[in-house]
Amino acid sequence: MTTKTQSMSAAGATRAANGPRFGALSSRRLWLTVLGWTVAGVIFFPIFWMVLTGFKTEAEAIADPSLIFSPTLDSYAEVQSRADYLHFALNSVVVSFGSTLLALVIAIPSAYAMAFLPTKRTKGTLLWMLSTKMLPPVGVLVPIYLLFRDFGLLDTRTGLVIVYTLMNLPIVVWMLYTFFKDLPRDILEAGRMDGAGTLQEVWYLLLPLTLPGIASTGLLAVILSWNEAFWSLNLTSSQAAPLTAYIASFSSPEGLFWAKLSAASTMAIAPILVFGWLTQKQMVRGLTFGAVK
Amino acid sequence: MSTLQLKQITKSFGETDVIKGVDLEVNDREFVVFVGPSGCGKSTLMRMIAGLENATSGDIVIDGQRVNEVGPADRGLAMVFQSYALYPHMTVEDNMGFSLRLAGVPKAERRQKVLEAARILQLEPLLDRKPKALSGGQRQRVAIGRAIVRNPSIFLFDEPLSNLDAALRVQMRIELARLHEELDATMIYVTHDQIEAMTMADKIVVLQGGVVEQVGSPMELYHHPRNRFVAGFIGSPKMNFLPVEATEAGAEGVSVRLPGGDVARVPVAGEGVSPGTALELGIRPEHLVLDDQGPLRGEIQVLERLGGQTSLYVAMGEQTVTIMADGDVAHRVRDEVRFGFEPGRAHLFAADGLALPSLEAHPLAGLKRQDNRLASDAGSE
Repeated sequence: MTTKTQSMSAAGATRAANGPRFGALSSRRLWLTVLGWTVAGVIFFPIFWMVLTGFKTEAEAIADPSLIFSPTLDSYAEVQSRADYLHFALNSVVVSFGSTLLALVIAIPSAYAMAFLPTKRTKGTLLWMLSTKMLPPVGVLVPIYLLFRDFGLLDTRTGLVIVYTLMNLPIVVWMLYTFFKDLPRDILEAGRMDGAGTLQEVWYLLLPLTLPGIASTGLLAVILSWNEAFWSLNLTSSQAAPLTAYIASFSSPEGLFWAKLSAASTMAIAPILVFGWLTQKQMVRGLTFGAVK
Repeated sequence: MSTLQLKQITKSFGETDVIKGVDLEVNDREFVVFVGPSGCGKSTLMRMIAGLENATSGDIVIDGQRVNEVGPADRGLAMVFQSYALYPHMTVEDNMGFSLRLAGVPKAERRQKVLEAARILQLEPLLDRKPKALSGGQRQRVAIGRAIVRNPSIFLFDEPLSNLDAALRVQMRIELARLHEELDATMIYVTHDQIEAMTMADKIVVLQGGVVEQVGSPMELYHHPRNRFVAGFIGSPKMNFLPVEATEAGAEGVSVRLPGGDVARVPVAGEGVSPGTALELGIRPEHLVLDDQGPLRGEIQVLERLGGQTSLYVAMGEQTVTIMADGDVAHRVRDEVRFGFEPGRAHLFAADGLALPSLEAHPLAGLKRQDNRLASDAGSE
């Protein structure tokens, strides 16, 4: 009898102990959710505010922050009357996609060589390439500016394409290298037994099989190029100036015009935002490619 | 007509010598199996034949032509990989026809050749599927089909069955043997599974540590192992080895003193053996017989009943020997048993591991797989 009561009370105790534990689990999830939304909010808020400010008048823009105002397209109209948005947008598109394409054309053979024909120095080369990203770009501004001047590349799309390609190349090679390394070697060897030369091997086997990875690498390179401001501001003036230079042109010596600046910025980021949103599935798939195999 | 010769092939990865001078002759239409423990260099040897690795030195000769500098595709070989290595983004048909597509064969002809191979392997209903939608056995057949379509002079198989479950492995083994007869092609096959080696090979090449230990027909390796390694590697369960001392070496064989004190005369050539020489007696578990008058005795430690057979693990002092006995033996663990053997089935190994050569060749030692086939064909008619 006593044993029975004991065991029953023991069972009761276990249940009691279990209750709060499950509660703790779900409250932990609750906190994580709150934290997640907070972080997302903090990141998104400036963009939200910028979009909002673009629809205000200059007076409203510098007045007390307020969500209640009568939206107006005045700033957009004025921005467009001062500079041709499409001209800058076209430059951005040409330069970011052009540099990405060029980077891929150079990086695919490089990553192939490093992934499938490694030497003793491959790891070192990869690290060295990445180390160039640690250098502050301003450190090489003068030599690059002089080179651009002498080769007549200042304020040309070609010049920007070259500089963006070089800027993104280390990341692109690294990412492709990881994707290529994940590919079973047997498949390429089977291709070689079947008579594929290196080019055919790359074209018929490597590229189709690593397409998700190549696509996400390309998307990342496009976004990085699109948002790049340092080189575009220093190496272009009007002809080849992309949208980043377009935004900057509204923080003019006459003083800051918040509403116009916001309107210009909204127009500058809108295309890449839509692009990123449309391709986010591909991006996530590519970035986690191999991790969940 | 497709033959292969390896002449003093070596392979080193940096400082490590993986293959240390291999000579080998593969005849036309022969089924040759490379077998050995993992790390013995069998796969490396095959990859060198395929052209996926370069030989460090030596000659690889196919049909009389040295091919060391010829690329893998131009050697006229086809390889089936352990992982199948199917192209995951192509259908079965495209997988099988890929080599023809690269070679620029017109679509209609390509399809016809693929269909022909698919018929041999019963793959016709699967031609439109992707590899992902196939079972392991089907993927294996596609990989073989891809090799057949190329119509190679020599087929290379790199442990093709090791990813399959046991039942399927037996089935594929039979299918491969049938394929060898149907295609009448030269085949080289790498495995670590000695059952695959014994059942399929015309010629087995036993490798260890980058060196060929012995080349011969399955029955030759079983009955006349050249050394202790081959003796232990071929046959399952493993051969038992007992330390013995020679008492007499004559024309009739070598007499040795067994652990129990009895003397047995094994019919092997006794050159270099004098009374007192330490030797090792090798007897396969299936050749030890329980016998109340037998010269050897020990205590049963473990008893495994398989139904038709029973494995007895018997302790003889420090040593444990394995006996394959009848399924119905009534013994129990801890029983004291006596057993013996027919001296003609025993082997003697010198201190350097080499076997003392038998005085008489086993009648089946020269048997080829084709001989089996002829006999069974004659039997069925």
